[in-house]
Amino acid sequence: MRNIFLFIRIYFTFIFFLFLMGVSFYMIFSYNRYHHAVYSKTANEITGNINKRYNSVQYYFQLKRTNDSLVKANEALYNRLREDFEIPDTVNKAAIDTMNFDSTHKTRKYLYMEAKVIHNSVNLLNNYIELHRGKLQGVEPDMGVIGLNNAVVGTVIDVSNNYAVVMSLLHEQSNLSARLKRGGETGIVSYDGKTPGILYLKDITKSAKIHAGDTVVTSGFSDKFPGGLPVGYVKDIINDKSSSTYTVRVTPAADFEKLQFVYIINNLQKEEPEKLLEKVKSK
Amino acid sequence: MNNLVKNIVRFCLFILVQVFVLDQIPPLHQLVTPYIYFLFILWLPFKMGRRMQMLVAFALGFVLDCFANSYGMHAAACVLIAYLRPFLINLLISQEGADSNYNEPSIQSMGFTPYLTYVTILTFIHHTFLYFLQALQTGGYFYFFLKSLISTAISLLLILLIELLFPRKQRFRTNTI
Repeated sequence: MRNIFLFIRIYFTFIFFLFLMGVSFYMIFSYNRYHHAVYSKTANEITGNINKRYNSVQYYFQLKRTNDSLVKANEALYNRLREDFEIPDTVNKAAIDTMNFDSTHKTRKYLYMEAKVIHNSVNLLNNYIELHRGKLQGVEPDMGVIGLNNAVVGTVIDVSNNYAVVMSLLHEQSNLSARLKRGGETGIVSYDGKTPGILYLKDITKSAKIHAGDTVVTSGFSDKFPGGLPVGYVKDIINDKSSSTYTVRVTPAADFEKLQFVYIINNLQKEEPEKLLEKVKSK
Repeated sequence: MNNLVKNIVRFCLFILVQVFVLDQIPPLHQLVTPYIYFLFILWLPFKMGRRMQMLVAFALGFVLDCFANSYGMHAAACVLIAYLRPFLINLLISQEGADSNYNEPSIQSMGFTPYLTYVTILTFIHHTFLYFLQALQTGGYFYFFLKSLISTAISLLLILLIELLFPRKQRFRTNTI
């Protein structure tokens, strides 16, 4: 017994070192698995607060760019107004289906919420974006996030009361179902963390006709994003002869470095298909 | 200035510079991510207890992890260099008891070559361990080796610049052991 105590006393520094290492390793592996470690809630609030202060200064330097992008977004919306389209034949009256404007919101599927970006990283292996909008303002984990001109940015993974952390598309664990706009072939968009600013579109059948510059859009199969939002543009094809599918290099449509405002997508009809799927699986 | 106050100010400054300046630089190159925040650990006083050093290093890494959302990675790398630091100092300081002449490691207290060796070895260990932890999750071991080498070079350049721009004036304390 005495020897054990002696041993502990002599090697106490080393044991303490091992203990701290153990704590660190526990954090590394548990955070990636669950995203919901106890400390991340408080830590989000504190770092969010500091980031917000810094951002309120830095924001002024970007006002011009933000304004320019808003003018562009406005232009795109103006071009979609009903008044811009006129049918020359006056016999055919354009009828508007009022069902779409139903005030009880029964037909509404997606609701957009704006959020301010307060911290953003692009050059790390796994990139995260922090937003100043949290649980109290209606953000939940697993909501989709889009930027200007509807370009896909990422997915919310963690929320505290007033802040939310978004896993950017430039994250190793991000997998997004996407399709080529021209041909309609679907695949998975992911990021390998080695070449910054390049996404990979995998599992495209070899019968697909792909041109450089083709648009890649969301497939609409996931419950986070509506279909047809731009994800990126085809750069080139990696032709792997041993595989039966193409892997396509894609430059992202969103400008991750210059994000100032983003929109969080709330899918209001998420539960019904989920329940149905569960019912089918449990049979 | 009081030693404690000085170190608290340093702690905050290093975290802020790392988070808001170095992490915000648009990627120079895919292999380069400069880190300098761990210089705080290299500058801790000689007289600090070893367990205290590790605890402070853990706190530093953890705070940076909170900002970078990489819980545990920086903390582990910082604890490792804080554990190895006393061994290196013992090896590199030439005379017996010379570490009580001055307060903390610097060019002035250790001499240029020993100090440079000390910084280079710990920077390399820190970066290698950090990227090794990242490679554990992603694979790509060749890439990891290249990345730790190049990042170490860039970080060392930054550290050298800091030493030249902000010379730390150190008072000679005592000659006796």
